[in-house]
Amino acid sequence: MNLENATAIEGFEETAPRVSEWRRFWRVFLQRRIVIFGLVVLTLLVITAIFAEGLAPYNPYKGKMIDSLQQPSSTYLLGTDIQGRDTLSRLIFGARTALLVGFVTTIIAAVFGTILGMIAGFFSGILGMIIMRIMDALMGFPMLLLALILSAVLGGGIQNVIIALGVAMVPGYARVMNGLTLSLKENDYVLAERSMGANNWRTMLRHIFPNSLAPILVLITTQLGMVILAEASLSFLGIGIKPPGAAWGAMVNAGYKYLSTNPVLSFAPGLAIMLVVFAFQLVGDGLRDALDPRLRGLL
Amino acid sequence: MTAYIIRRLLLAIVIIIIVTLIIFFVIRLLPGDPLIIYLGQQATQGSISMEELETLRIEYGLDKPIMIQYFNWMSDLFHGDLGQSIYYHENVGVLLWDRFPITLHLGIVSLIFSNIVGITLGVLAAIRRGTWVDIVVTILAYIGVTIPVFWLGILLIYTFGLRLGLLPIAGYTSPLEDFWLSTRQIVMPVLCLSIGGLATAARMMRSSMLETVSQDYIRTAWAKGLRERAVIFKHAMKNSLIPMITLIGIGVGLIFGGSVLIETVFAIPGVGRLMVTSLFAQDYVVIQSGTLVISMIIILVNLVVDISYGWLDPRIRYG
Repeated sequence: MNLENATAIEGFEETAPRVSEWRRFWRVFLQRRIVIFGLVVLTLLVITAIFAEGLAPYNPYKGKMIDSLQQPSSTYLLGTDIQGRDTLSRLIFGARTALLVGFVTTIIAAVFGTILGMIAGFFSGILGMIIMRIMDALMGFPMLLLALILSAVLGGGIQNVIIALGVAMVPGYARVMNGLTLSLKENDYVLAERSMGANNWRTMLRHIFPNSLAPILVLITTQLGMVILAEASLSFLGIGIKPPGAAWGAMVNAGYKYLSTNPVLSFAPGLAIMLVVFAFQLVGDGLRDALDPRLRGLL
Repeated sequence: MTAYIIRRLLLAIVIIIIVTLIIFFVIRLLPGDPLIIYLGQQATQGSISMEELETLRIEYGLDKPIMIQYFNWMSDLFHGDLGQSIYYHENVGVLLWDRFPITLHLGIVSLIFSNIVGITLGVLAAIRRGTWVDIVVTILAYIGVTIPVFWLGILLIYTFGLRLGLLPIAGYTSPLEDFWLSTRQIVMPVLCLSIGGLATAARMMRSSMLETVSQDYIRTAWAKGLRERAVIFKHAMKNSLIPMITLIGIGVGLIFGGSVLIETVFAIPGVGRLMVTSLFAQDYVVIQSGTLVISMIIILVNLVVDISYGWLDPRIRYG
């Protein structure tokens, strides 16, 4: 599209809102220092997860039995566990588990939830009714209990935890998307598109989906943290990643036995979980305010 | 209003039926044969004959087609029979009956605590918007939502139990037996269970209050020359409290989810602990009935919340 010519002919600036909209987004997004803090934490987390091999001072899976249950020192910055494995190295590799589960689960849940919610909202007849009642039923379970049962049924292991958490998170996206679709499809531009003969799928893809992207993106960011928290809870209970794999929740649980002598074994991984969830929450809220201030209170 | 209540009631019944279907079919996918696990714990030596296995299978009704098993389960439920636990050798109704009071005791205390403290903090943050009070409450609310509750439990145990020796670190005693010990034992679990709800309440109350404060009738109240106390408590807070009803619905879900973790950390013999133990023992009868009872409670509480919300705020009813 040749906007420059268009402005010249029409005599008013049509390009201006586009540019300033993008600038406004960054300005509002980076305005609060706390959001920047969140971004820094998340960047560090991603770097840690990617370069875990290079960053970890020791092998996270194999320790020296002779160095069992060491206190934090210059050799082992955060001490060692019962098997003599370095806590810091296990924390670094745990970042990989947390991020992997977080991202894959969220993508699965967001894709299925968004599609289901959009279909339910768009064809708000019997089909929409059935989909949303199933989502209501899934929401009738405490999320953690549902994920716990599903991963037990599927038999543990990281991929099953991802599936279990994914299923447990779908209703949240479906509900938000359903609400958005119901209100968006009443807009005149949808009517205009339909009167030009667009079919259902085209309308959904061209109008409903792009217009609900902002709230869904905000939901994804905050839910990423919540998924990591839920994964940590599952692995704390002993479901999920199998030993000797490193997961923060399991590390908290393993360290619990030595709380009176080596509290750092539980404290450090717990702090890592909280910091990451906290950062996702901050960035999600910042994103919400920057993308669409009207979403405040809704998400 | 009657039409609204009937509609909500029918909806709740439909949802509960879907819940029973989900629970039943998901649980049937559990790996391993519960009978073999059961017999494995029973038989100290030697193998079990196939006849014994078949007898037990018939006894537990596991030989019938899956749909018949579902209808049998439903019909038993309607007769008040929640089934026989394979692991505990006890009726599930009895198992739940023994443990529910414990979880409810912790849950109700947490619900009351989290809402009172959360709402107070939310009001304070709203009326002192932008001051240090607001900032502290906002940060606390963020921490409350993001802290892993099991880790908070461990931090509390370390600080108040192991280092300071102020509180007992585990266990549960009925308040009817020893009120003082019981209260001391529930302090830390209740704190952990309420932190999420407390943070949510504070956040919601803050924004609800800020919205109310900008209404015309609040300006009128100020213009009439009313004192701050009258404006805040009589005019603003009363109206801001209406949306808070939904917190009870959210809170019940949070408490049952949290009890799974907290009862594990503090070794409390409640429903959450029962669910975790049964999952590891693959005792599907307990999981099946236990989950159903929990989700029915959540759905019914939410039904009551929805109806009272509609009653208090007619905009919801007709919307």
